[in-house]
Amino acid sequence: MGLFYHIGKYFLLLFRVFAKPEKFKIYYRETIKEIDKLGLNSIWIVAVISVFMGAVITIQTAYNTDNPMYPKYLIGLTARDTLLLEFSSTIIALILAGKIGSNIASEIGTMRITEQIDALEIMGVNSASYLILPRIIASVIFTPFLTLMSMIIGIFGGWVAGVSTGVMTTQDYVYGIQYAFIPYYIVYALIKIAIFAFLITTISAYHGYYTSGGSLEVGKSSTKAVVHSSIFILLFNVILTQLLLS
Amino acid sequence: MIEVKNIAKSFNGVPVLKNIDVLFEKGKTNLIIGQSGSGKTVLLKSIVGLHDIEQGKVIFDGTVFNELNFKDKKEMRKQIGMLFQGGALFDSATVEENVMYPLNMFTELTYSEKRDRANECLKRVNIINANQLYPAEISGGMKKRVAIARAIALNPRYLFCDEPNSGLDPQTAILIDDLIKEITVEYNMTTIVNTHDMNSVMEIGDKVVFIYNGAKWWEGTRDDIFDSENEELNKFIFASKLSQKIRDLKNRH
Repeated sequence: MGLFYHIGKYFLLLFRVFAKPEKFKIYYRETIKEIDKLGLNSIWIVAVISVFMGAVITIQTAYNTDNPMYPKYLIGLTARDTLLLEFSSTIIALILAGKIGSNIASEIGTMRITEQIDALEIMGVNSASYLILPRIIASVIFTPFLTLMSMIIGIFGGWVAGVSTGVMTTQDYVYGIQYAFIPYYIVYALIKIAIFAFLITTISAYHGYYTSGGSLEVGKSSTKAVVHSSIFILLFNVILTQLLLS
Repeated sequence: MIEVKNIAKSFNGVPVLKNIDVLFEKGKTNLIIGQSGSGKTVLLKSIVGLHDIEQGKVIFDGTVFNELNFKDKKEMRKQIGMLFQGGALFDSATVEENVMYPLNMFTELTYSEKRDRANECLKRVNIINANQLYPAEISGGMKKRVAIARAIALNPRYLFCDEPNSGLDPQTAILIDDLIKEITVEYNMTTIVNTHDMNSVMEIGDKVVFIYNGAKWWEGTRDDIFDSENEELNKFIFASKLSQKIRDLKNRH
Protein backbone atom coordinates (compact mmCIF):
# COMPACT_ATOMS: atom_id res chain seq x y z
CA MET A 1 0.00 0.00 0.00
CA GLY A 2 2.76 2.41 1.03
CA LEU A 3 4.75 1.56 -2.08
CA PHE A 4 1.83 2.27 -4.42
CA TYR A 5 1.08 5.48 -2.54
CA HIS A 6 4.65 6.71 -3.10
CA ILE A 7 4.73 5.58 -6.74
CA GLY A 8 1.47 7.46 -7.40
CA LYS A 9 2.70 10.55 -5.60
CA TYR A 10 6.01 10.38 -7.51
CA PHE A 11 4.24 10.33 -10.88
CA LEU A 12 1.91 13.15 -9.84
CA LEU A 13 4.99 15.17 -8.93
CA LEU A 14 6.54 14.39 -12.33
CA PHE A 15 3.33 15.56 -13.98
CA ARG A 16 3.78 18.94 -12.27
CA VAL A 17 7.51 19.01 -13.07
CA PHE A 18 6.90 18.68 -16.82
CA ALA A 19 4.29 21.44 -16.97
CA LYS A 20 5.02 24.41 -19.23
CA PRO A 21 7.63 26.65 -17.55
CA GLU A 22 6.60 30.17 -16.52
CA LYS A 23 9.61 31.71 -18.26
CA PHE A 24 12.01 29.71 -20.42
CA LYS A 25 14.82 32.24 -19.93
CA ILE A 26 14.81 31.74 -16.17
CA TYR A 27 14.68 27.95 -16.48
CA TYR A 28 17.58 28.08 -18.93
CA ARG A 29 19.61 30.14 -16.45
CA GLU A 30 18.77 27.72 -13.64
CA THR A 31 19.78 24.76 -15.82
CA ILE A 32 23.20 26.33 -16.47
CA LYS A 33 23.64 26.88 -12.72
CA GLU A 34 22.74 23.24 -12.05
CA ILE A 35 25.15 21.98 -14.71
CA ASP A 36 27.86 23.82 -12.81
CA LYS A 37 26.70 22.60 -9.40
CA LEU A 38 25.77 19.00 -10.19
CA GLY A 39 27.94 18.30 -13.23
CA LEU A 40 31.16 20.30 -13.22
CA ASN A 41 31.57 19.88 -9.48
CA SER A 42 31.45 16.10 -9.91
CA ILE A 43 34.31 15.95 -12.43
CA TRP A 44 36.99 15.73 -9.75
CA ILE A 45 35.43 12.84 -7.81
CA VAL A 46 34.60 10.91 -11.00
CA ALA A 47 38.15 11.40 -12.30
CA VAL A 48 39.81 10.24 -9.08
CA ILE A 49 37.60 7.17 -8.71
CA SER A 50 37.92 6.25 -12.39
CA VAL A 51 41.71 6.39 -12.47
CA PHE A 52 42.03 4.18 -9.39
CA MET A 53 39.32 1.76 -10.47
CA GLY A 54 40.94 1.43 -13.92
CA ALA A 55 44.22 0.69 -12.19
CA VAL A 56 42.73 -1.90 -9.83
CA ILE A 57 40.77 -3.66 -12.60
CA THR A 58 43.94 -3.94 -14.67
CA ILE A 59 46.10 -5.26 -11.82
CA GLN A 60 43.45 -7.74 -10.65
CA THR A 61 42.89 -9.00 -14.20
CA ALA A 62 46.63 -9.38 -14.65
CA TYR A 63 47.00 -11.46 -11.47
CA ASN A 64 43.96 -13.60 -12.25
CA THR A 65 45.11 -14.35 -15.80
CA ASP A 66 48.73 -15.03 -14.93
CA ASN A 67 48.90 -18.04 -17.18
CA PRO A 68 50.93 -18.51 -20.41
CA MET A 69 47.71 -19.80 -22.04
CA TYR A 70 46.13 -16.37 -21.82
CA PRO A 71 47.44 -13.63 -24.09
CA LYS A 72 48.55 -10.42 -22.32
CA TYR A 73 46.25 -8.22 -24.42
CA LEU A 74 43.36 -9.86 -22.53
CA ILE A 75 44.17 -7.52 -19.63
CA GLY A 76 43.47 -4.41 -21.73
CA LEU A 77 40.37 -5.98 -23.26
CA THR A 78 38.95 -6.91 -19.83
CA ALA A 79 39.70 -3.49 -18.37
CA ARG A 80 38.06 -1.78 -21.36
CA ASP A 81 34.89 -3.89 -21.32
CA THR A 82 34.51 -3.68 -17.53
CA LEU A 83 34.81 0.10 -17.67
CA LEU A 84 32.54 0.53 -20.70
CA LEU A 85 29.85 -1.93 -19.70
CA GLU A 86 29.54 -1.45 -15.97
CA PHE A 87 31.92 0.81 -14.16
CA SER A 88 31.59 4.10 -16.07
CA SER A 89 27.81 3.94 -16.11
CA THR A 90 26.49 1.91 -13.16
CA ILE A 91 29.21 2.45 -10.55
CA ILE A 92 29.56 6.12 -11.46
CA ALA A 93 25.75 6.43 -11.17
CA LEU A 94 25.90 4.89 -7.68
CA ILE A 95 28.61 7.37 -6.71
CA LEU A 96 26.58 10.25 -8.15
CA ALA A 97 23.52 9.03 -6.26
CA GLY A 98 25.52 9.66 -3.10
CA LYS A 99 26.91 12.98 -4.21
CA ILE A 100 24.21 14.75 -6.21
CA GLY A 101 21.26 12.76 -4.81
CA SER A 102 21.92 13.83 -1.25
CA ASN A 103 22.64 17.38 -2.43
CA ILE A 104 19.31 17.64 -4.26
CA ALA A 105 17.27 16.09 -1.44
CA SER A 106 18.82 18.18 1.31
CA GLU A 107 18.66 21.41 -0.68
CA ILE A 108 15.00 21.01 -1.66
CA GLY A 109 14.16 19.57 1.77
CA THR A 110 15.65 22.60 3.51
CA MET A 111 13.70 24.88 1.17
CA ARG A 112 10.56 22.99 2.17
CA ILE A 113 11.03 23.23 5.93
CA THR A 114 12.05 26.90 5.78
CA GLU A 115 8.88 27.67 3.77
CA GLN A 116 10.83 28.80 0.69
CA ILE A 117 8.76 26.40 -1.42
CA ASP A 118 5.56 27.85 0.06
CA ALA A 119 6.88 31.30 -0.82
CA LEU A 120 7.33 30.20 -4.45
CA GLU A 121 3.81 28.74 -4.54
CA ILE A 122 2.32 31.91 -3.08
CA MET A 123 3.98 33.96 -5.82
CA GLY A 124 2.25 31.76 -8.39
CA VAL A 125 5.37 29.81 -9.39
CA ASN A 126 5.08 26.09 -10.12
CA SER A 127 7.66 25.22 -7.45
CA ALA A 128 7.96 21.57 -8.52
CA SER A 129 8.85 22.49 -12.06
CA TYR A 130 11.06 25.43 -11.12
CA LEU A 131 13.11 23.44 -8.61
CA ILE A 132 13.24 20.03 -10.26
CA LEU A 133 13.15 20.44 -14.06
CA PRO A 134 16.47 22.35 -14.37
CA ARG A 135 18.12 19.69 -12.21
CA ILE A 136 16.76 16.87 -14.36
CA ILE A 137 17.88 18.54 -17.60
CA ALA A 138 21.30 19.40 -16.17
CA SER A 139 22.01 15.91 -14.90
CA VAL A 140 20.63 14.06 -17.94
CA ILE A 141 22.69 16.28 -20.26
CA PHE A 142 25.90 16.30 -18.24
CA THR A 143 26.26 12.79 -16.79
CA PRO A 144 26.95 11.19 -20.22
CA PHE A 145 30.01 13.47 -20.44
CA LEU A 146 31.09 12.27 -17.01
CA THR A 147 30.71 8.69 -18.22
CA LEU A 148 32.80 9.33 -21.34
CA MET A 149 35.40 11.03 -19.19
CA SER A 150 35.35 8.13 -16.74
CA MET A 151 35.94 5.63 -19.59
CA ILE A 152 38.94 7.55 -20.89
CA ILE A 153 40.47 8.20 -17.47
CA GLY A 154 39.77 4.64 -16.31
CA ILE A 155 41.53 3.16 -19.34
CA PHE A 156 44.41 5.58 -18.80
CA GLY A 157 44.61 4.55 -15.12
CA GLY A 158 44.70 0.91 -16.19
CA TRP A 159 47.58 1.58 -18.57
CA VAL A 160 49.58 3.50 -15.93
CA ALA A 161 49.07 0.74 -13.34
CA GLY A 162 49.73 -2.10 -15.77
CA VAL A 163 52.91 -0.67 -17.22
CA SER A 164 54.31 0.69 -13.95
CA THR A 165 53.85 -2.65 -12.17
CA GLY A 166 55.32 -4.49 -15.13
CA VAL A 167 52.41 -6.91 -15.59
CA MET A 168 52.17 -6.06 -19.33
CA THR A 169 53.60 -3.80 -22.00
CA THR A 170 52.05 -0.72 -23.55
CA GLN A 171 51.71 -2.58 -26.86
CA ASP A 172 49.71 -5.40 -25.21
CA TYR A 173 47.44 -2.96 -23.46
CA VAL A 174 46.79 -0.81 -26.55
CA TYR A 175 46.16 -3.94 -28.64
CA GLY A 176 43.81 -5.23 -25.93
CA ILE A 177 41.70 -2.09 -25.71
CA GLN A 178 41.31 -2.09 -29.51
CA TYR A 179 40.66 -5.82 -29.85
CA ALA A 180 37.07 -6.85 -30.69
CA PHE A 181 35.85 -3.38 -29.85
CA ILE A 182 32.09 -2.95 -30.10
CA PRO A 183 31.21 0.79 -30.38
CA TYR A 184 27.63 0.04 -29.30
CA TYR A 185 28.93 -0.56 -25.77
CA ILE A 186 29.54 3.17 -25.50
CA VAL A 187 26.01 3.95 -26.68
CA TYR A 188 24.70 1.38 -24.19
CA ALA A 189 26.62 3.02 -21.34
CA LEU A 190 25.43 6.51 -22.32
CA ILE A 191 21.78 5.43 -22.50
CA LYS A 192 22.12 3.80 -19.10
CA ILE A 193 23.73 6.79 -17.40
CA ALA A 194 21.11 9.19 -18.84
CA ILE A 195 18.33 7.03 -17.40
CA PHE A 196 20.17 6.62 -14.09
CA ALA A 197 20.64 10.41 -13.92
CA PHE A 198 16.91 10.87 -14.41
CA LEU A 199 16.20 8.37 -11.62
CA ILE A 200 18.71 9.94 -9.21
CA THR A 201 17.38 13.46 -9.78
CA THR A 202 13.69 12.69 -9.64
CA ILE A 203 13.83 10.25 -6.71
CA SER A 204 16.01 12.62 -4.68
CA ALA A 205 13.86 15.60 -5.58
CA TYR A 206 10.75 13.63 -4.59
CA HIS A 207 12.18 12.92 -1.14
CA GLY A 208 13.30 16.52 -0.72
CA TYR A 209 10.07 18.04 -1.98
CA TYR A 210 7.89 16.08 0.41
CA THR A 211 10.08 16.59 3.49
CA SER A 212 8.09 17.64 6.51
CA GLY A 213 9.29 18.53 9.96
CA GLY A 214 12.73 19.87 10.81
CA SER A 215 16.42 19.37 10.16
CA LEU A 216 16.24 15.75 11.34
CA GLU A 217 13.76 14.97 8.57
CA VAL A 218 15.99 16.70 6.00
CA GLY A 219 18.74 14.26 6.99
CA LYS A 220 16.32 11.34 6.72
CA SER A 221 15.13 12.50 3.29
CA SER A 222 18.70 12.77 2.14
CA THR A 223 19.47 9.22 3.29
CA LYS A 224 16.28 7.86 1.70
CA ALA A 225 17.17 9.65 -1.54
CA VAL A 226 20.55 7.91 -1.72
CA VAL A 227 19.24 4.47 -0.71
CA HIS A 228 16.21 4.51 -3.02
CA SER A 229 18.16 5.95 -5.94
CA SER A 230 20.78 3.22 -5.54
CA ILE A 231 18.16 0.47 -5.43
CA PHE A 232 16.44 1.78 -8.55
CA ILE A 233 19.77 2.15 -10.36
CA LEU A 234 20.54 -1.51 -9.70
CA LEU A 235 17.03 -2.58 -10.70
CA PHE A 236 17.09 -0.57 -13.91
CA ASN A 237 20.59 -1.81 -14.63
CA VAL A 238 19.20 -5.32 -14.95
CA ILE A 239 16.20 -4.19 -17.02
CA LEU A 240 18.27 -2.01 -19.37
CA THR A 241 20.95 -4.63 -19.82
CA GLN A 242 18.32 -7.15 -20.82
CA LEU A 243 16.64 -4.65 -23.16
CA LEU A 244 19.75 -3.18 -24.75
CA LEU A 245 22.18 -6.10 -24.91
CA SER A 246 20.08 -9.21 -25.38
CA MET B 1 -11.96 42.03 0.84
CA ILE B 2 -11.64 38.37 1.72
CA GLU B 3 -14.58 36.36 2.88
CA VAL B 4 -14.13 33.01 4.60
CA LYS B 5 -17.31 30.96 4.65
CA ASN B 6 -17.76 27.93 6.84
CA ILE B 7 -14.32 26.42 6.23
CA ALA B 8 -13.09 23.26 7.90
CA LYS B 9 -9.82 21.37 7.82
CA SER B 10 -8.51 18.30 9.57
CA PHE B 11 -5.24 16.39 9.67
CA ASN B 12 -5.39 12.59 9.98
CA GLY B 13 -9.00 12.81 11.11
CA VAL B 14 -8.25 15.41 13.81
CA PRO B 15 -10.24 18.60 13.15
CA VAL B 16 -8.00 21.66 13.15
CA LEU B 17 -10.40 24.25 11.74
CA LYS B 18 -14.08 24.06 12.63
CA ASN B 19 -16.64 25.88 10.51
CA ILE B 20 -14.99 29.28 10.47
CA ASP B 21 -16.84 32.29 9.05
CA VAL B 22 -15.09 35.64 8.91
CA LEU B 23 -14.84 38.75 6.75
CA PHE B 24 -11.47 40.47 6.31
CA GLU B 25 -11.82 44.06 5.21
CA LYS B 26 -9.93 45.96 2.54
CA GLY B 27 -7.49 48.72 3.54
CA LYS B 28 -7.37 47.40 7.08
CA THR B 29 -5.00 45.19 9.02
CA ASN B 30 -7.04 42.19 10.07
CA LEU B 31 -5.46 40.20 12.89
CA ILE B 32 -5.94 36.55 13.68
CA ILE B 33 -4.95 35.92 17.29
CA GLY B 34 -4.84 32.82 19.42
CA GLN B 35 -2.57 30.55 21.39
CA SER B 36 0.11 28.45 19.73
CA GLY B 37 -1.57 25.39 18.23
CA SER B 38 -4.99 27.02 18.05
CA GLY B 39 -5.09 26.75 14.24
CA LYS B 40 -4.06 30.29 13.22
CA THR B 41 -1.37 29.24 10.75
CA VAL B 42 -3.56 26.49 9.30
CA LEU B 43 -6.32 29.07 8.81
CA LEU B 44 -3.94 31.48 7.07
CA LYS B 45 -2.46 28.76 4.87
CA SER B 46 -5.96 27.49 4.06
CA ILE B 47 -7.01 30.96 2.95
CA VAL B 48 -4.04 31.31 0.58
CA GLY B 49 -4.50 27.74 -0.70
CA LEU B 50 -1.37 26.16 0.76
CA HIS B 51 -3.71 23.73 2.53
CA ASP B 52 -6.76 22.29 0.77
CA ILE B 53 -9.90 22.87 2.77
CA GLU B 54 -12.52 20.15 3.22
CA GLN B 55 -15.56 22.38 3.12
CA GLY B 56 -16.55 26.00 2.70
CA LYS B 57 -15.40 28.84 0.50
CA VAL B 58 -12.64 31.42 0.45
CA ILE B 59 -13.77 34.41 -1.59
CA PHE B 60 -11.29 37.04 -2.77
CA ASP B 61 -13.29 40.10 -3.92
CA GLY B 62 -16.05 37.97 -5.39
CA THR B 63 -13.82 35.17 -6.77
CA VAL B 64 -14.15 31.81 -5.04
CA PHE B 65 -10.43 31.12 -4.73
CA ASN B 66 -10.59 27.52 -3.51
CA GLU B 67 -12.74 26.49 -6.47
CA LEU B 68 -10.38 27.88 -9.13
CA ASN B 69 -8.41 25.47 -11.31
CA PHE B 70 -4.62 25.20 -10.97
CA LYS B 71 -3.94 27.74 -13.75
CA ASP B 72 -6.37 30.38 -12.48
CA LYS B 73 -5.16 29.88 -8.93
CA LYS B 74 -1.61 30.54 -10.13
CA GLU B 75 -2.77 33.76 -11.82
CA MET B 76 -4.62 34.85 -8.69
CA ARG B 77 -1.56 34.25 -6.55
CA LYS B 78 0.32 36.94 -8.43
CA GLN B 79 -1.92 39.37 -6.54
CA ILE B 80 -0.95 37.87 -3.19
CA GLY B 81 2.07 38.78 -1.09
CA MET B 82 3.01 36.73 1.92
CA LEU B 83 5.41 37.23 4.77
CA PHE B 84 6.38 33.92 6.35
CA GLN B 85 7.39 33.37 9.96
CA GLY B 86 11.08 32.93 9.16
CA GLY B 87 11.05 35.27 6.18
CA ALA B 88 11.46 32.39 3.68
CA LEU B 89 14.06 34.31 1.70
CA PHE B 90 15.93 32.30 -0.94
CA ASP B 91 19.27 31.40 0.65
CA SER B 92 21.20 31.30 -2.60
CA ALA B 93 20.10 34.77 -3.71
CA THR B 94 21.17 38.19 -2.46
CA VAL B 95 18.73 40.62 -0.83
CA GLU B 96 18.28 42.43 -4.15
CA GLU B 97 17.85 39.20 -6.12
CA ASN B 98 15.22 38.05 -3.62
CA VAL B 99 13.14 41.18 -4.20
CA MET B 100 13.72 41.01 -7.94
CA TYR B 101 12.59 37.38 -8.09
CA PRO B 102 8.84 37.96 -8.65
CA LEU B 103 9.67 40.72 -11.13
CA ASN B 104 11.96 38.38 -13.07
CA MET B 105 9.32 35.70 -13.09
CA PHE B 106 6.22 37.67 -13.98
CA THR B 107 7.16 40.94 -15.69
CA GLU B 108 8.78 41.91 -18.95
CA LEU B 109 10.68 44.83 -17.41
CA THR B 110 14.30 45.44 -18.36
CA TYR B 111 17.01 44.56 -15.87
CA SER B 112 17.53 48.18 -14.80
CA GLU B 113 13.78 48.72 -14.38
CA LYS B 114 13.55 45.60 -12.23
CA ARG B 115 16.52 46.72 -10.16
CA ASP B 116 14.99 50.16 -9.70
CA ARG B 117 11.72 48.64 -8.55
CA ALA B 118 13.54 46.30 -6.15
CA ASN B 119 15.51 49.23 -4.73
CA GLU B 120 12.33 51.25 -4.38
CA CYS B 121 10.72 48.42 -2.37
CA LEU B 122 13.84 47.95 -0.26
CA LYS B 123 13.98 51.67 0.44
CA ARG B 124 10.33 51.56 1.43
CA VAL B 125 11.14 49.03 4.14
CA ASN B 126 14.25 50.96 5.19
CA ILE B 127 16.81 48.52 3.85
CA ILE B 128 19.76 50.50 2.61
CA ASN B 129 23.26 49.31 1.64
CA ALA B 130 22.40 45.65 2.09
CA ASN B 131 21.42 44.80 -1.48
CA GLN B 132 24.36 42.52 -2.13
CA LEU B 133 24.21 40.67 1.18
CA TYR B 134 22.86 37.13 1.47
CA PRO B 135 20.02 36.23 3.89
CA ALA B 136 22.50 34.48 6.18
CA GLU B 137 24.37 37.78 6.56
CA ILE B 138 21.47 39.92 7.79
CA SER B 139 19.52 40.07 11.06
CA GLY B 140 16.08 38.57 11.72
CA GLY B 141 14.39 41.96 11.57
CA MET B 142 16.07 42.78 8.26
CA LYS B 143 15.01 39.40 6.87
CA LYS B 144 11.38 40.22 7.71
CA ARG B 145 11.69 43.63 6.06
CA VAL B 146 13.26 42.15 2.92
CA ALA B 147 10.44 39.60 2.85
CA ILE B 148 7.93 42.46 3.01
CA ALA B 149 9.77 44.22 0.18
CA ARG B 150 9.57 41.02 -1.90
CA ALA B 151 5.89 40.62 -1.04
CA ILE B 152 5.00 44.12 -2.28
CA ALA B 153 7.22 44.08 -5.39
CA LEU B 154 4.31 43.23 -7.69
CA ASN B 155 1.85 45.63 -6.00
CA PRO B 156 -0.34 42.87 -4.55
CA ARG B 157 -3.96 43.34 -3.54
CA TYR B 158 -3.68 40.99 -0.59
CA LEU B 159 -0.97 40.69 2.04
CA PHE B 160 -0.66 37.79 4.47
CA CYS B 161 1.74 37.79 7.40
CA ASP B 162 2.39 34.74 9.52
CA GLU B 163 3.70 35.79 12.94
CA PRO B 164 5.72 38.73 11.61
CA ASN B 165 7.09 39.54 15.06
CA SER B 166 8.24 36.13 16.19
CA GLY B 167 11.83 36.14 17.36
CA LEU B 168 12.16 39.93 17.24
CA ASP B 169 12.91 42.38 20.05
CA PRO B 170 9.98 44.66 21.03
CA GLN B 171 11.41 47.70 19.25
CA THR B 172 11.96 45.90 15.95
CA ALA B 173 8.57 44.23 16.33
CA ILE B 174 6.91 47.66 16.51
CA LEU B 175 8.84 48.77 13.40
CA ILE B 176 7.55 45.73 11.48
CA ASP B 177 4.00 46.32 12.75
CA ASP B 178 4.10 49.97 11.69
CA LEU B 179 5.46 49.00 8.31
CA ILE B 180 2.66 46.48 7.74
CA LYS B 181 0.07 49.07 8.76
CA GLU B 182 1.55 51.80 6.55
CA ILE B 183 1.85 49.53 3.53
CA THR B 184 -1.72 48.31 3.95
CA VAL B 185 -3.05 51.87 3.82
CA GLU B 186 -0.63 52.98 1.08
CA TYR B 187 -1.47 50.11 -1.29
CA ASN B 188 -5.09 49.81 -0.12
CA MET B 189 -4.60 46.08 0.44
CA THR B 190 -6.53 43.49 2.39
CA THR B 191 -4.01 42.46 5.02
CA ILE B 192 -4.31 39.48 7.32
CA VAL B 193 -1.77 39.07 10.12
CA ASN B 194 -1.39 36.02 12.32
CA THR B 195 -0.03 36.87 15.72
CA HIS B 196 -0.07 36.12 19.41
CA ASP B 197 1.67 39.36 20.25
CA MET B 198 -0.62 41.66 22.22
CA ASN B 199 1.46 44.69 21.27
CA SER B 200 0.57 44.06 17.62
CA VAL B 201 -3.09 43.81 18.54
CA MET B 202 -2.98 47.21 20.20
CA GLU B 203 -0.78 48.81 17.54
CA ILE B 204 -2.34 47.67 14.28
CA GLY B 205 -5.43 45.55 14.97
CA ASP B 206 -8.15 47.28 12.95
CA LYS B 207 -10.08 44.06 13.15
CA VAL B 208 -9.27 41.18 15.47
CA VAL B 209 -10.41 37.57 15.20
CA PHE B 210 -9.73 35.25 18.13
CA ILE B 211 -9.28 31.58 17.28
CA TYR B 212 -9.58 29.04 20.05
CA ASN B 213 -9.24 25.31 19.56
CA GLY B 214 -9.78 25.60 15.79
CA ALA B 215 -12.97 27.67 16.00
CA LYS B 216 -13.70 31.37 15.81
CA TRP B 217 -14.36 32.40 19.39
CA TRP B 218 -14.59 36.16 19.15
CA GLU B 219 -14.22 39.03 16.69
CA GLY B 220 -14.14 42.79 17.09
CA THR B 221 -11.81 45.76 17.11
CA ARG B 222 -8.80 46.41 19.35
CA ASP B 223 -10.92 48.88 21.31
CA ASP B 224 -13.56 46.25 22.06
CA ILE B 225 -11.06 43.69 23.22
CA PHE B 226 -10.60 44.93 26.80
CA ASP B 227 -14.36 45.06 27.34
CA SER B 228 -14.99 41.56 26.08
CA GLU B 229 -16.58 39.11 28.47
CA ASN B 230 -15.40 36.12 26.50
CA GLU B 231 -13.67 33.94 29.08
CA GLU B 232 -11.13 32.28 26.77
CA LEU B 233 -10.24 35.58 25.12
CA ASN B 234 -9.69 37.19 28.49
CA LYS B 235 -7.48 34.29 29.59
CA PHE B 236 -5.41 34.77 26.42
CA ILE B 237 -5.17 38.56 26.62
CA PHE B 238 -4.57 38.87 30.33
CA ALA B 239 -2.11 36.03 30.62
CA SER B 240 0.78 38.35 31.44
CA LYS B 241 1.13 40.48 34.56
CA LEU B 242 1.69 43.56 32.40
CA SER B 243 -1.65 43.22 30.63
CA GLN B 244 -3.37 42.50 33.96
CA LYS B 245 -1.93 45.76 35.32
CA ILE B 246 -3.11 47.65 32.22
CA ARG B 247 -6.60 46.23 32.72
CA ASP B 248 -6.59 47.22 36.39
CA LEU B 249 -5.44 50.75 35.55
CA LYS B 250 -8.10 51.04 32.85
CA ASN B 251 -10.80 49.84 35.26
CA ARG B 252 -9.66 52.35 37.90
CA HIS B 253 -10.14 55.28 35.53
